[in-house]
Amino acid sequence: MDEIFGIPAPLLFGQLLLGLINGAFYALLSLGLAVIFGMLNVINFTHGAQFMLGAFVAWALLSFLGLGYWWALLLAPLIVGAFGVLLERTMISRLYKLDHLYGLLLTFGVGLIVEGLVRNEFGSSGLPYRIPAELQGSWDLGFMFMPIYRGWVVVVAIVACLATWLVIEKTKIGSYLRAATENPALVQAFGINVPLMMTLTYGAGVALAAFAGVLAAPIYSVNPQMGANLIIIVFAVVVIGGMGSILGSVVTGFGLGIIEGLTKVFWPEASATVIFVVMAIVLLTRPAGLFGRA
Amino acid sequence: MESSRRNFLSATGAIALGAATPMTHARAQGAANTIRIGVLTDMSGPFRDISGPTSVVATRTAVQDFGSRGFNVEVLVADHQNRPDVGVNLVRQWIDRDGVDMVVDVPSSGVALAVNTVMRERNKVYLNSTAATVELTGAQCSPNTIHWTYDTWMLARSTGAALVRAGGQRWFFITADYAFGHSLEAQTMEFVRSAGGTVVGSVRHPFPGTTDYSSFLLQAQASRAQIVGIANAGVDAINAIKQAGEFGLMRRGQRVAGLLVFVNDVNSLGLQTAGGSVLTETFYWDLNDRTRAVTQRVLANGSPGGNRPSMGHAGCYSATLHYLKAVADMGAAAAKADGRAVIERMKAMPTDDDAFGQGSIRPDGRKLHPAYLFQVKTPQESRGPWDFYTLLQTTSPEEAFRPMAQGNCPLVRT
Repeated sequence: MDEIFGIPAPLLFGQLLLGLINGAFYALLSLGLAVIFGMLNVINFTHGAQFMLGAFVAWALLSFLGLGYWWALLLAPLIVGAFGVLLERTMISRLYKLDHLYGLLLTFGVGLIVEGLVRNEFGSSGLPYRIPAELQGSWDLGFMFMPIYRGWVVVVAIVACLATWLVIEKTKIGSYLRAATENPALVQAFGINVPLMMTLTYGAGVALAAFAGVLAAPIYSVNPQMGANLIIIVFAVVVIGGMGSILGSVVTGFGLGIIEGLTKVFWPEASATVIFVVMAIVLLTRPAGLFGRA
Repeated sequence: MESSRRNFLSATGAIALGAATPMTHARAQGAANTIRIGVLTDMSGPFRDISGPTSVVATRTAVQDFGSRGFNVEVLVADHQNRPDVGVNLVRQWIDRDGVDMVVDVPSSGVALAVNTVMRERNKVYLNSTAATVELTGAQCSPNTIHWTYDTWMLARSTGAALVRAGGQRWFFITADYAFGHSLEAQTMEFVRSAGGTVVGSVRHPFPGTTDYSSFLLQAQASRAQIVGIANAGVDAINAIKQAGEFGLMRRGQRVAGLLVFVNDVNSLGLQTAGGSVLTETFYWDLNDRTRAVTQRVLANGSPGGNRPSMGHAGCYSATLHYLKAVADMGAAAAKADGRAVIERMKAMPTDDDAFGQGSIRPDGRKLHPAYLFQVKTPQESRGPWDFYTLLQTTSPEEAFRPMAQGNCPLVRT
């Protein structure tokens, strides 16, 4: 068997692929964060809770209404996105004129409250959610046993990232949004409803988090702290990519997934730390992040 | 500040339980005729379902079953957040301000050991049910402590040795990188080797914060081990086992052994995923008429979400009941004055309750009862919610736990 750095080649290929899969989650989550920060200048610490809510709504749709995975993929982002819209209208919109810190503290607090409420209702060990019948099973790739569902996650994540990027960079709405970020007063003067656009942008960012939550439900335990565990890494991804840079967060998400995957082979104990080491190095050399504008 | 937070915690505990009686903060020098029991537990973190509110309900059920014998009993609740410093502070306040006489439950080995020291200093009664560390009856054993329900040695022996006997010779471990994971792994390795098995590899995952186990599972798969031992707990174990199913470890002929899995974890995993695996507990609600009866009482007292008691909860029930019997035997005033004397009395009396049946307590503080090796039912075998286990094997109390001579407990060293 061929070996690379003393590790059997098949194992290494497997790890690279797994890194890519985890990277898909990082990319999808950091994308929502980057959109919200880029457009609204709000550091959305509720993102983890919204990701978790996506998974819980998927579970609730199945348990109470009998609506399966495919419905959840559509409905959960809408439901959680609506919650985001409500949150933005009633609370976050009051803080746009203040320092970033206020938005951060508010969303952090809301996140804790949401997680606490879910924990009180459903306990901490989590709920079962099965992989949809169409995506069960796995492919034998020779070097590893690849669950079909994980392949699906990568494809969907890439499509969602591309679609978001296209909407913001290539469409008229996207150009309004970018203009409103630069100079809201001027854009408003042209007769565009800027507050409504902000609200919908926040809703869309939240819907992306919930979408990732539904994708995660069959893989991870659906439990109240599932978002809190992931969100810290995702914040590191956003910081490394450059706050607010959409391309940056997507590329960094996939890249860090792979770095983390390789660390799990060579030095597993450090796999939780490696991303933060990268973050420290990037911040020291390029304070605005890899793709950020200083 | 501290005080308002404590009130808040007690209040939320009471609300969560739907308890009718408000929790009062009587002074330490308050009624000499009232025994105060503190349930120190994880109300909000990863161990909430295997301890938490159901532990509180189980403790209350014991108080209720004990009835009234000339003294009052109050139950207080606090959340240690799995942090040793928080746990120690809460216990000091309980003792100094609220006059707590006995502390029960205390999941998470780090907190359990920190509280052990305080309880010994203050000469109170410490009945640990949900922590796994074997140190509580080893080098750190204490005349004020009884380790009630289970420990890592017992899990390692029951699950490890049984699997080797069933033909699982080659082992690979996926281990949480902290004290509990290390000791569970080391003790299981010992049993595997002494039963003639081999350990072909192990990998340590960061704790806390690991949600994706696919890389580690792939390494386990590449090792061609027959048994993949999962040496972690709670949500970590659930994620690891769930993903092992996804990556087809079982379908490719490997057997996944969760070394510490509770009935509540199985409920969360679902039988589709957990079915066929083996695990060890010292209590199962559907074991016999007595266990079914005590489970009904715990549920009737409002275990949240119908969460059925696991061995940890059963331990809170059993320990509290036996403690109250000892208090009744020696009188409330004497019991409040000297924790060590209560423990001695508890060790001298045989135990008997609906959760564990008849048992005893060793001089080093180890409560003895049988250990059960269970196989988790498949969805086809299960007749309904929480019908999860088939009994494979019973280990007698004398053989289930580490022999006293091997523990190096200073209390019994000759």
